Amino acid sequence: MTDKKNISELVAAGLAKRYRREKMFRFWGILSIVFSVLCLVVLFTDIITKGSGAFQQTYIQIDITYDPDILELYDPLDGKQFALANFDGVIRQSLQQRFPDVQGRRDKRELKKLVSLDAAFVVAERLKDQPSLLGKSESLWVLADDDIDTYYKSLDDREGPFTGRTTEKTQGWVQELVDRGEIELRFNREFFVRGDSREPELAGIWGAVKGSFFTLLVTLVLSFPIGVAAALYLEEFAPKNKWTDLIEVNINNLAAVPSIIFGLLGLAIFINFFQMPRSVPLLGGLVLTLMTLPTIIISSRAAIKAVPPSIREAAWGIGASPMQVALHHVLPLAMPGMLTGSIIGMAQALGETAPLLMIGMVAFIVDTPSSITDPATVLPVQIFLWSDSPERAFVEKTSAAIMVLLGFLIIMNTLAVWLRKRLEKRW
Amino acid sequence: MTSIMTEANQGLLDRIPQQPVPEDLAEDYATTGYPFTRDAKMKMRNVNVFYGEKQAIYNVSMDISKKEVLAMIGPSGCGKSTFLRSLNRMNDTVEGCRVEGDFSLDSDNIYDPKMDVIELRARVGMVFQKPNPFPKSIYDNVAYGPKLLGVYNHRSELDELITVSLQRAGLWDEVKDRLHQPGTGLSGGQQQRLCIARCIAVSPEVILMDEPCSALDPIATARIEELIGELAENYTIAIVTHSMQQAARVSNRTAYFHLGKLIEINDTNKVFTAPEHELTEAYITGRFG
Ligand SMILES: Nc1ncnc2c1ncn2[C@@H]1O[C@H](COP(=O)(O)OP(=O)(O)OP(=O)(O)O)[C@@H](O)[C@H]1O
Ligand SMILES: [Mg+2]
Repeated sequence: MTDKKNISELVAAGLAKRYRREKMFRFWGILSIVFSVLCLVVLFTDIITKGSGAFQQTYIQIDITYDPDILELYDPLDGKQFALANFDGVIRQSLQQRFPDVQGRRDKRELKKLVSLDAAFVVAERLKDQPSLLGKSESLWVLADDDIDTYYKSLDDREGPFTGRTTEKTQGWVQELVDRGEIELRFNREFFVRGDSREPELAGIWGAVKGSFFTLLVTLVLSFPIGVAAALYLEEFAPKNKWTDLIEVNINNLAAVPSIIFGLLGLAIFINFFQMPRSVPLLGGLVLTLMTLPTIIISSRAAIKAVPPSIREAAWGIGASPMQVALHHVLPLAMPGMLTGSIIGMAQALGETAPLLMIGMVAFIVDTPSSITDPATVLPVQIFLWSDSPERAFVEKTSAAIMVLLGFLIIMNTLAVWLRKRLEKRW
Repeated sequence: MTSIMTEANQGLLDRIPQQPVPEDLAEDYATTGYPFTRDAKMKMRNVNVFYGEKQAIYNVSMDISKKEVLAMIGPSGCGKSTFLRSLNRMNDTVEGCRVEGDFSLDSDNIYDPKMDVIELRARVGMVFQKPNPFPKSIYDNVAYGPKLLGVYNHRSELDELITVSLQRAGLWDEVKDRLHQPGTGLSGGQQQRLCIARCIAVSPEVILMDEPCSALDPIATARIEELIGELAENYTIAIVTHSMQQAARVSNRTAYFHLGKLIEINDTNKVFTAPEHELTEAYITGRFG
C-alpha cells in the first residue's frame, strides 16, 4: 500500500514539470508556425503591393486626324503605300494641337514621348480596319509611355511622385491631362497577351507562359512514363542485387544534384553533341526531364511500396502474371501517389531557372512561341530578365510575373491535393 | 481432446484409402501415420524448401487424397505456410526461396518448367490468412479470375458463374443486392467468404487455405468451417490452422509439422485421441505451441 502511495506522490510531484515541458513544446511549435506564416505574409504583401500596379496601365486620350497629307497615304487599300505611311506624324500633330504652346524641337520630341511607340500601331490598325476614316478625325485612347505611367501611378504616393526621367515640363503636361480627364488607368490587357519587349508598357507575360507550357509539356510527356516505368520495374520486377542497389543509390543522388549541373549536361549533350537548337522548349523540356526524373521515380516507388502486399498475393493466387499484377492492381492503386509526386516534380520544374540559363532560354525573345521548337523563354527566366532591367516600370512587371508564377504553382499544388483526394479509393 | 470429432466427420474418414509406403523416398524419411493414399490428388515426394541458406522444410513426402480435407498444424514457424505455398508455386514470388522435390497434381508435374503457373493457380487456388479482396466491387472481385482465364463466352455466362460462386461461398444472399459495391466494405467474415468465392470462380480442383479464420470472430469462423464442410464435396482442401478444435471439426486427416519436418500424419480422430508420435502428443496436449 505504502509503495503505491509513494508512486502516485512521485507522479504528482513530477506532473507540474511535465505539464510545463508540454507547454514549452507546444509554444515552440506555435512560434515556428507563426514565424513561417509571418514570412509568407511579408513576402506576399511585398509582391502584391509592388506588383498589383502592373495589372493596370496608363492610357492617354488623343484626338487623331487621319490627314492624308501628313500620312502621305491617299489610298489606304494600297499595301505598299500603307506600309510606308507616316503614322507617327499624325500622332505628333495630334499632341501638338493638344499642347499648342510647346515650341522648339527638343520640347516637341519630349511631347511625342508622352505616348508609347505602340500608339502608331494602334492608329495604323484603326485605319486598316476602317479605310473610310481617312481624312476624318476621331478620339482614341492609347498607351502612355512607361515613364509617364510610373509617374502617373505614383502621383498619390505619400513620399511624393516618382519623377524618374520625366522633366518638369512633362509633369506639367500630365497635370494638364489629369485636369481635363484625358489620362486614366485601365486594366492592362496587354500584359497578358504580349510577349517580352524592351518597352515596359508593351512587355507581356504571354510569351513566357506559353514557353513554360511547352517546356512543361515536353517534361511531362517524357518524365512521367519513363519515371513510372522505371519505378514499376525496379519495385516489381528487378531482382534485388548489387546492381539494383547501385541504381537506387544513384537515383537518390541524382535527386540531390544542383539543377545547374543538369543545364551543363544539357549544354554538353543536347547542344554540343546532338546539335539541337538553343532556347527552344524541346531542349528545356529534355533538361528538366533529367532533373525531374529522379523525383518522379522516388515518389512513384514510394507509392508502389505503399500498395499492400496482400493485394499482390491475391492476384498471384488467382494466376495473374507479374505484369498483370503490376498493371491491374499495383499501378491503379499507386497512381494517386504517382500523380501527386509528378505534379510536385512539375511544379519544381516550372520554377526552375538555372539549368535553362545554361541552354540559352535566357535570350530576349519578343515573339510568343507556337510550338516546342520555337525559341522561347519561361516564367522564372522572364522574372529574372525583368528584375535585371533598368527601367523603373519593370519593377512592378517583375512582381506581377512572380504573382502569375505563384498562381500557377498554387494551382498545380492544389491540383495535386485534389487529384489525390479524388483518386484515392478509401475502400 | 476426446470427443471433438463429429459424426459427419467420422463418416468422411472412410473415403480415404490408405496406400503402402512407396519406395522412392529419401533414406531418412521418418513420418509416422499414413501419409500415402491410393486415391491421391496431389503427391509430394522428398520436398525440401530453402530461404537462401536457411532450410525451412526437410524431406517431406505425402499425398493429398481426392476430396479430403487435410489440416496442417504445428507450432509457429514450423513451415506450414511454406509447405502450403509450395503446392501452387506461390513461393516463386518470394525472393531467395528455393524448392526441391517432386510435386504432382494428378499426373502433372507442378514444377515442370513447361507447367503454366497461371493454369496451375487456377487449378490449385489459395485463400489467405487476412481477407484480401481487391479494392473493386464484389462483382469484379469474383469476375477477375474468370476474366484472366477467359473461361466464359458471354456476359451472361460470367454473371451466372459469379452467382454460382457466391452461392457456393455462402455469400450470395448477403450481397446479391450490392454486387457493385466495394468488396472491402464487407465485414471480415464476409470478405473471407468473398475471397473463397473469388477462388472457386476459376473452378479449382484443390483449395489451399492458410489460417483462413485467424482474423475472424467465432461466429464468422463457424460460418467458414461450415462452408469448408460443404466445399469438401467438390474440392480437395488443405487448410493450415492454429486451432486444434478447428482441425478436428473440419478435417479428415491431420498433419503435424515440427521444425520443418512432417512428424505425423494420421486420421484426424487418431491424431487428437491417440497420437502415435510423442511430439504430436506434446503439441496437442499443449506442452508447447
Ligand atoms: N520470406 C522468407 N524469408 C526467409 N525466411 C522465411 C520466409 N518466410 C518464412 N521464413 C522462415 O521459414 C520458417 C517457416 O516459416 P512459415 O511461415 O512457413 O511458418 P508457419 O508454420 O507458417 O508459421 P506460423 O504458424 O507462424 O504462420 C520460419 O523459420 C520462417 O522464419
Ligand atoms: Mg503461416
